Amino acid sequence: MNLNFLEFEQPVAELEAKIEELRHVGDDNEINLQEEITRLEEKSRALTKSLFSSLKPWQISQLSRHPLRPYMLDYVERIFDDFEELHGDRMYADDHAIVGGIARLEGRPVMLIGQQKGRSTKEKLHRNFGMARPEGYRKALRLMEMAERFKMPILTFIDTPGAYPGVGAEERGQSEAIARNLKVMAGLRTPILCTVIGEGGSGGALAIGVGDRVTLLQYSTYSVISPEGCATILWKSADKAELAAEAMGITSDRLLELGLIDSVVPEPLGGAHRDVETMVLSLKQSLLDGLESLVGLNMDELLERRYQRLMGYGHFAGE
Amino acid sequence: MSWFEKLMPSRIRTEGGDKRTVPEGLWAKCAGCSAVLYRAELERSLDVCPKCGYHSRIGARRRLEAFLDEEPREEIGADLISDDPLSFKDTKKYRDRVTQAQKASDEKDALIVIRGQLKGMDIVACAFEFKFMAGSMGSVVGEKFVRAVNASIELNAPLICYSASGGARMQESLFSLMQMAKTSAALDQLSKKGLPFISVMTDPTMGGVSASFAMLGDINIGEPRALIGFAGPRVIEQTVRETLPEGFQRSEFLLEHGALDLIVDRREMRDRVASLLSILTNKTVN
Repeated sequence: MNLNFLEFEQPVAELEAKIEELRHVGDDNEINLQEEITRLEEKSRALTKSLFSSLKPWQISQLSRHPLRPYMLDYVERIFDDFEELHGDRMYADDHAIVGGIARLEGRPVMLIGQQKGRSTKEKLHRNFGMARPEGYRKALRLMEMAERFKMPILTFIDTPGAYPGVGAEERGQSEAIARNLKVMAGLRTPILCTVIGEGGSGGALAIGVGDRVTLLQYSTYSVISPEGCATILWKSADKAELAAEAMGITSDRLLELGLIDSVVPEPLGGAHRDVETMVLSLKQSLLDGLESLVGLNMDELLERRYQRLMGYGHFAGE
Repeated sequence: MSWFEKLMPSRIRTEGGDKRTVPEGLWAKCAGCSAVLYRAELERSLDVCPKCGYHSRIGARRRLEAFLDEEPREEIGADLISDDPLSFKDTKKYRDRVTQAQKASDEKDALIVIRGQLKGMDIVACAFEFKFMAGSMGSVVGEKFVRAVNASIELNAPLICYSASGGARMQESLFSLMQMAKTSAALDQLSKKGLPFISVMTDPTMGGVSASFAMLGDINIGEPRALIGFAGPRVIEQTVRETLPEGFQRSEFLLEHGALDLIVDRREMRDRVASLLSILTNKTVN
């Protein structure tokens, strides 16, 4: 099994392996297999298209956590200029699960904040799998308040399974750190654009997710708890994650329909990791459009809009 | 201790029920020290064991009943009910779970908001009903909390909330998560108006409720021994694969680590909160 393909993509993986093999043979024997290769490539594309035209929430949940999915810094280096990472919460530590810093987007100064996952085992541990501790959220808060002072828009990139559930995190006030961010972000006098680029996991995601515009990449997810977690609690078995993913409505199309997010950025065929450069261009355009729609507003108008958006969340009956 | 209690054999057991609910008899056993208590006396002390001070969980109505002046009282958002935006179904339908919870708790949802007075001072008070789906926060809880904040602003009165919640309500998925942002944003408005918010965290205050408005009190109060935290102890144990220290995530632990201002005994809550608010708002109370 090719690890770069998910289980539901195995038919594509097999075709791709075959194409690879033919290319090899072609190289060695000077036989022209180009026609056959083109035919198979065509077939592979068609198959991918058909698989991706009817993805189930559980499959999308796996895509959002794909080991090759671009992470925050992959986008930062391709979209922004002069990025300078800024470290630490000034109180306790520098949390590597959250990256923050200043940069330029097409010349305009911006503050970037996001969770960063790791690719190798060592890197994963260094980034704590993108699960921030209180010091990470407090670093984010410090930088967001700095952005307000220097009138820089804030762009956040959300990609986390959730806030880290550990002893130290509890001791240092994980709840308070998240809560504080929610309260302060609601009133920050600068535009805030939030983009979920992978996994939008619970309070740990929301803690950098309150803003004027919330966008999901097409195969990202956003939910109150992971499908596995939900299944464990409600179905008493993590094996029911597929059902939980279905029930919770965690995908971009569903969330857009429910009015919980503002826009969706389409991904290349097969997902962001299959064509990072195309994904980068689409995300960059989405950020530019998002900023364009906000920078004209005066600050009171912007805050009123943000507040009304937040107050609009919820579905209930009776008066 | 009364003469009658002294005569009582110490090991009388009452029938059935789990340890946290007080049985419907004349006698009740304390879950903390196993002492057998005269039920009427236990009720007078708001379900705090007169012997060891163990705080049993109590319902939202009873708490507000004991906390507020007898009148005036006006409930806010009493008719709001959950709307099941996702037509959620796990092993049971969400709608059925709500109906069941309504029957079990005699409440429409997990938060009760009352505008009233505390020793003559105008106040808006909220309390969670833990019996309603473990006091979980969905759209109704979020909306009621916001209406409580708005009422505070309108009345120019302080806000107090007694939390008892397992966290966000999974059956409303992202709608529940967004209630964290909604309630916290409303508190930002309250702060800007210079009105105090007192958050009393009772057993248990976890997850999305502790990671939003519950931790945002101008004054954070815990009831003795209440479990308060972001992640549940079991989740943490599974993540770090070690046994958690004694008293972890209890009020005393949070006070020690700087997350709470005070721990207040339930029997003194009304007096202490009134005193705190009278100083904060520079008003005299009855």
